[in-house]
Amino acid sequence: MTELRYLAPDTLDEAIGAFAAAGSAARILAGGTDLLVQMRSGVLKPGVIVDIKKIPEMTAIEETADGGFRIGAAVSGMALAEHKTFGKVWPGVLEAINLIGSKQVQGRASAGGNLCNGSPAGDSVPAMVAAGAVVTVQGPNGRREMKVEDVPAGPGRTNLKPGEILVSFSLPPRPPGSSNAYLRMIPRTEMDIAVVGCGVSLTMNDGIVTAARVGLGAVAPTVLLVEDAAKALIGSKLDDAALARAASACSAACRPIDDKRGTIAYRTKVAGVLLKRTAAIAAKRAQGN
Amino acid sequence: MNVVTNNKWIGQRTIRPDGMDKVTGRAQFAADTTMPGMIWGKILRSPHPHARIKSIDTSKAEKLPGVKAVVTSKDIVDFPIEKGAVMLGIQDMRWMCRNVMARDKALFPGHPIAAVAATTEAIAAEACNLIEVDYDVLPWAIEIDDALKPDAAILHEFNKFDGKPSNIVGRLEHKKGDIAEGFKQADIVIERTFTTRPVHQGYIEPHACLISVAADGKTTIWSSSQGQFMVRAMTSMLTGIRQSDIRAIPAEIGGGFGGKTIVYLEPVATLLAKKSGRPVKMVMTREEVMRATGPTSGSKSTVKIGATKDGKIVAAHGTFYLQAGAFPGSPIRGAAGCSFAPYDIPNLLSEGFDVCSNRSKVAAYRAPGAPIGAYAVECVMDEVAEALKMDPLDFRLKNAAKQGTKAAHGPVFPRIGYIETVEAAKASPHYAAPLGDGNGKLRGRGVASGFWFNAGGESSAQVNITEDGNVVVTTGHPDIGGSRAGIANICAELLGIDYRRVSVIIGDTQTVGFSNLTGGSRVLFASSMVVTQSTEKIIQTLRERAAKIWEIDPEAVKWENGAAHPVSPNAGQFEPLTLEQLAEKAPAMGGPIGAGVQLNTQGADGGFGTHVCDVEVDVDLGIARVIRYTAVQDVGRAIHPGYVEGQLQGGVAQGIGWALNEEYIYTKEGKVDNPGFLDYRMPVCSDLPMIDCIMVEIPNPKHPQGVKGVGEVPLVPVMAAVANAIYNALGKRFYALPMSPPKVLEKLDEPLREAAE
Repeated sequence: MTELRYLAPDTLDEAIGAFAAAGSAARILAGGTDLLVQMRSGVLKPGVIVDIKKIPEMTAIEETADGGFRIGAAVSGMALAEHKTFGKVWPGVLEAINLIGSKQVQGRASAGGNLCNGSPAGDSVPAMVAAGAVVTVQGPNGRREMKVEDVPAGPGRTNLKPGEILVSFSLPPRPPGSSNAYLRMIPRTEMDIAVVGCGVSLTMNDGIVTAARVGLGAVAPTVLLVEDAAKALIGSKLDDAALARAASACSAACRPIDDKRGTIAYRTKVAGVLLKRTAAIAAKRAQGN
Repeated sequence: MNVVTNNKWIGQRTIRPDGMDKVTGRAQFAADTTMPGMIWGKILRSPHPHARIKSIDTSKAEKLPGVKAVVTSKDIVDFPIEKGAVMLGIQDMRWMCRNVMARDKALFPGHPIAAVAATTEAIAAEACNLIEVDYDVLPWAIEIDDALKPDAAILHEFNKFDGKPSNIVGRLEHKKGDIAEGFKQADIVIERTFTTRPVHQGYIEPHACLISVAADGKTTIWSSSQGQFMVRAMTSMLTGIRQSDIRAIPAEIGGGFGGKTIVYLEPVATLLAKKSGRPVKMVMTREEVMRATGPTSGSKSTVKIGATKDGKIVAAHGTFYLQAGAFPGSPIRGAAGCSFAPYDIPNLLSEGFDVCSNRSKVAAYRAPGAPIGAYAVECVMDEVAEALKMDPLDFRLKNAAKQGTKAAHGPVFPRIGYIETVEAAKASPHYAAPLGDGNGKLRGRGVASGFWFNAGGESSAQVNITEDGNVVVTTGHPDIGGSRAGIANICAELLGIDYRRVSVIIGDTQTVGFSNLTGGSRVLFASSMVVTQSTEKIIQTLRERAAKIWEIDPEAVKWENGAAHPVSPNAGQFEPLTLEQLAEKAPAMGGPIGAGVQLNTQGADGGFGTHVCDVEVDVDLGIARVIRYTAVQDVGRAIHPGYVEGQLQGGVAQGIGWALNEEYIYTKEGKVDNPGFLDYRMPVCSDLPMIDCIMVEIPNPKHPQGVKGVGEVPLVPVMAAVANAIYNALGKRFYALPMSPPKVLEKLDEPLREAAE
């Protein structure tokens, strides 16, 4: 029978050493809400598990001097929800992270795990993409930064190099008049997986959109940054015509599949519907900021 | 028998006896048991929907270190097909023996092929992978239409229908009058065809057991089921161990809803335990539950109803094709028998067809078959009422079955409460309330009715007075719907003592008399009969003993408020003798006080319900949500109203899931594609509104407390009520379940009606 080794190092260097040494047999454990389920169902049989929650940087939430945030990869959804200011600045990112799993799962689940799980349906990812988040990864060859949208490579796969560990997310400071939102379509009301997920981040000045980013989930092999949708919004007052153009851009960006969770036709249409609704929420929030 | 009135405990929401254990996690479910020396059993399952098993080689598995026993179909007692049916309840053991372990053919992905017991679960699983099975893979059919094609793969070659090999393995019909003549009288005739998908009962606790076979053959089974006697009998028949040597101990049950009325693991684990000499534990994974245990049927039904202009139904015809899965036995009786039962229809033909196909064998699910039939009938009822421009409840009242109506499935109805349920629904605050503004979403309201047979049958009870004058009642059916709480109320009522002094337990097979399984909404009806008679015997003993002490005639002693009293001052002036006092004196007065009664109970009356449902549809996303729901039901007598309401609410919750999201989805290879609760979408709490209950109490005159079964009726009307509400919201009718978002949105691509009426 294969043995399983569990390691919980205190430092990032130790973690990277152990993770890199074990090669493809190793898996990183943050909250474990995907990993343990995959192990129990027999999908994964890792030889080494490296628990990163003992590493202070991984569980820290830091407000940077410029007004941005640095979120450790293993910060749980609940810890982020309890942070005094994060949810005020990034309500769309927080609501997306807090949709992962259920209340119970929120005590463990992290945005880092959600991203590295590589699911195109991960709730936090479209919101992070819309937020323009950048991740810090560290491996045997040192640290580097990547845009969030560059991390997923396909279902269950990432562009992290062997031995690299996701360390943190950096979210930029927000100009006045900015906010963001995330909506997903699920058949139930909770404890479900996105059939389509949509994150929108906006900056508005006198009712006109001056900056926008749109992230779409569960409509392609990876979460998408939909630049055409953002372009349709920028310069508009979010009038019906602009929203329709942005919705069409979202639908056009979809490359979904027919599967047990939804049809191609359904996902394509819903992507546009969610764009309109998410943009409306983000705009309402932005105008209060 | 007289119905008890002016009750102190009957009708009270007393504290449930299992509540503390369940909320604190102390309750012992089947998977919580353990024994020294225990090993683990695992099942190797067929990857194919349909395949002939040419050979099974277990030699490599047997050699794996840690493996203690391997079992194949050779070890299971065979019930040869050609020798004819061997029935145990509603199950034919010919199919049961082939369901627990495939014999010549594997008939669905997940069909057990062999089983291994080893020192760890991991070794047992690895050993399963070492078993070499040579399959001859065959064409297969899962959907009803595919199974009925002329060139369909035939599951059971011996079966013939209309003289040809067929997957139609059974047909029944209920007939009344002449439908051809009846439809001639109709001014309006509506005929529609409906499909439903297979749905699982969704019990949270997977099947599990721990089984020990001692060196002398004495066998002990700890398992979760809806009938420890069913477990004992089936295990006995499939292993050859006599019933007197099998003690089946019922664990607390984490949901059954009909799905635990048959066995899957127990005979296999018994054989593994017998071969290995070690206690064997088996626990299904959720995936195994979803792939290999009984959901209920998918269906295809056609219903035609004809009515005159004044709203009288003159004829109806229903044909109900239900998937049986791998072996005969789909619930066509419930579909064909229950679906028209609320109505007095002079000309009626209701036909059921039992169709085998390559998916897991169906098991009972809450009013088996009845919700499938009612879905079709109640949707057509809605259309006929609309065509007649009648209120759908008035249309039902105009055609309601009542005392004296001859039901097509046989009986002439006694005093029934159907009309009262419709009237109560009509008078409910819900039916009178405006739908309200959906804030961009469309709202609608629908109604539907339903019927379930209910059942009596065998029950046993032993009631004992403890030495300190309290009471222990032992009954023989697993409590899945509040029978312990109900029995405590009844026994306390009869003895005139506080209900907390009555402890109700579920006996195992060797300590209480035979009791049929928990199903058919029979348990409180039947067990309260035997408990009542046992308690009456005890009261008779107590009166006799008081009479002896007072030296008066026993007829001059009455039992009241937990004590013996002289019936009147003329009988003598004596201080009452309490239960405690008489218990204390018992040793000197003939011995312990207790009584047991065993009966095949008769006189169960069917149950009727009428539901009102409001939905709200997000037309851009296709999401329909139930926003208000009222379930009205004739409950006979609500012995424990909290539990009765719980039954109503639970049934409605399951029906809403069935209506909106639940379905088995299959891959192109014929395997279940959603074998878990993420993609098999049962409702969660936030998906449901608070479900209002209106309990109509028309006591069953043939029962000492007026009890009628209540557990199954509440699922019957739900899918139709939801479908009719969605129609009312959208102006578009759906003829297939589930009405899930992609399907709703697809339909909405057609032009929309402005708003709900």
